[in-house]
Amino acid sequence: MNIELFLQYLVAGVTYGTIYAIVAIGFNIIYNTTGIINFAQGEFVMLGGMTAVTLHAFLPLPAAILSAVIITMIVGAMIEITFIRWLASPSVLRMIIITIGISILLREIALHVWGAGVKALPYFTGTAVSSISIGDVHISPQVLWVVGVSSVMVICLNLFFSYTQPGRKMRACSTNRTAARLCGINTKNMVTLSFVLSAGIGALAGCVVSPITYIQYDGGTALAIKGFTVAILGGLGNSMAAVAAGLILGILESFSIWVMPTAFKDVISISILLLILFVRPSGLFGSKEAAQLKEF
Amino acid sequence: MKVAKWAVLFLAMTLMAVSPVLAKEAIKIGAILAVTGPAAFLGAPEAKTLEMLVAEINKKGGIKGDKIELIIKDSGASPEKAISFAKQLIEEDKVFAIIGPSTSGETMKIKSTAEEGKTILLSCAAAEVIVNPVAKYVFKTPQKDSYAVIKIFEEMKKMGISKIGVLSSNTGFGKAGKEQIEKLAPEHGITILVNEVYDKAASDLTAEVTKLKAANVEALLNWSIEPAQSIVIKNARQIGLTVPIFQSHGFGNIEYVKAAGAAAEGVIFPAGRLLVADTLPKSNPQKAVLIKYKKDYETKYKEDASTFGGHAYDAFMILAKAIETAGTDREKVRDAIENLKGFIGTGGVFNFSAQDHNGLDINSFEMLTVKNGKFALLPEPATPKKK
Repeated sequence: MNIELFLQYLVAGVTYGTIYAIVAIGFNIIYNTTGIINFAQGEFVMLGGMTAVTLHAFLPLPAAILSAVIITMIVGAMIEITFIRWLASPSVLRMIIITIGISILLREIALHVWGAGVKALPYFTGTAVSSISIGDVHISPQVLWVVGVSSVMVICLNLFFSYTQPGRKMRACSTNRTAARLCGINTKNMVTLSFVLSAGIGALAGCVVSPITYIQYDGGTALAIKGFTVAILGGLGNSMAAVAAGLILGILESFSIWVMPTAFKDVISISILLLILFVRPSGLFGSKEAAQLKEF
Repeated sequence: MKVAKWAVLFLAMTLMAVSPVLAKEAIKIGAILAVTGPAAFLGAPEAKTLEMLVAEINKKGGIKGDKIELIIKDSGASPEKAISFAKQLIEEDKVFAIIGPSTSGETMKIKSTAEEGKTILLSCAAAEVIVNPVAKYVFKTPQKDSYAVIKIFEEMKKMGISKIGVLSSNTGFGKAGKEQIEKLAPEHGITILVNEVYDKAASDLTAEVTKLKAANVEALLNWSIEPAQSIVIKNARQIGLTVPIFQSHGFGNIEYVKAAGAAAEGVIFPAGRLLVADTLPKSNPQKAVLIKYKKDYETKYKEDASTFGGHAYDAFMILAKAIETAGTDREKVRDAIENLKGFIGTGGVFNFSAQDHNGLDINSFEMLTVKNGKFALLPEPATPKKK
């Protein structure tokens, strides 16, 4: 194993890792407000990607992506208002089952709207074959886009949750909804807002990764499973941790291919997930005390 | 009031009397196709082709006066669903024959079901194991995967390639292809340096192609039917792997070329002649059939015809031809298919026999490549690899 090859595996790992991480961030937002895992998160990713591809036929790329993000945010809001908002005091389990139902619904709708074909946005810079070479190590410019977008996203989210009114209100909802309501926070609006936000982030993720992974009506599920793994691994609710966990998992997977047959790649990630759930259920970077206060 | 009652009773009786007659007239043909799901690019054109052909035949008055009733079941490429649909079609709908499934994995799961139910099965899937060993009622229309492998190896020999890296997906198609590659490589003087299986839902394969690059392979051979086959060529080119890339006959869908963009240029793969129908010489016996199917399909559905839809075309036309010669007795129709010779389809010229339930020979494949985003015949002789 020479140094170039080592770096090339590392780059491959970073590619996988950032794709997982960018999807994982979406999970954390709804979790932060409601304490539930939104199993329709993968479908937001798919919706964003698909809508952007459709719009790109008659809009320039940035406008298409922006419109796709906005449309998906509206869809997110509508879903929350139709299916969740009117529930008096939904249990966590009930809300999770609702999100699973929504994910199936969105998938079927997408199948009817877009058909079963594989779609992709063009590469933001360069083409499918272009790569940035440093010595003998090659990296697709799109990977840098994914890295960049997820970094900006994480920074903005951290600022939002720590320093803005709505961000703090959302966190209050997640810590104790009754107490939040007593403090005069409209918790229902906060939940809607969290769906809007995570739909938007999912959609943006879908647009950025679609040149690499392609997107089809059921493509959200596969991405969501890995994203979910990473979210758990890092510690639910922590976006920064999700990025770190994504990179760890991606790089581990990539190097596993070096020493083992590729077929074992998913065994690695699932084993790690199980190990974490047994040994550190709060995630690699999560606090144990905080996890104990959560309902789920 | 009384009149109304009588009228209803009368109506009910007439309906009861009429419906069995209607059912008797139509020949029920079942189809299990992956219209949605990961193999939708196979199943969707197959289903559309069958609908088109049945409508056409029924408009002409059916096969010797018998109309066709087509029952399409969408398996979503799930072998479990294929099994339950096969049972349903055979036991409840009592279909005359089944066309499909679209994928090799599904076909292998229902091979015995069809055999036990004594129902003719015309598979649209590629793997050789479907017809080897021969099952009495099971036929298939796509070219065998072993021929595809041999064609590729012969091309590699011409190009002076002997050390290759093999990637395949963990599906029935991928597995069957991998077995053929491993079995046939030694006799063609090909050494497999890297042999990797990836998940069918893989979203990036950079690490896999890095492994190939590290092993200094002279060519990459990928065997899958999923979007991964576009991803793999893209990743290979991105990391600067410049060796020739070979794909299976599963690459014969222009959507994959579009998805891979510039990376698809120069990819070499074996395929039926449908993709290059327009450029075939007039003397080719298949030309007329291919052009007609292509034109009919493309005018009706406003999308490019693919070889996969062609497999369903062949399956249906072979069945129709056999029913025309042997009537509606299932055993006789089975015998008629087995004795069918010189039938010109989209996949090639079919010559069935008791030992060969596929009926195509290696010449049914043509080596194709991608040039300027389109399929083209691979120019002969291929440029020899510089050593």
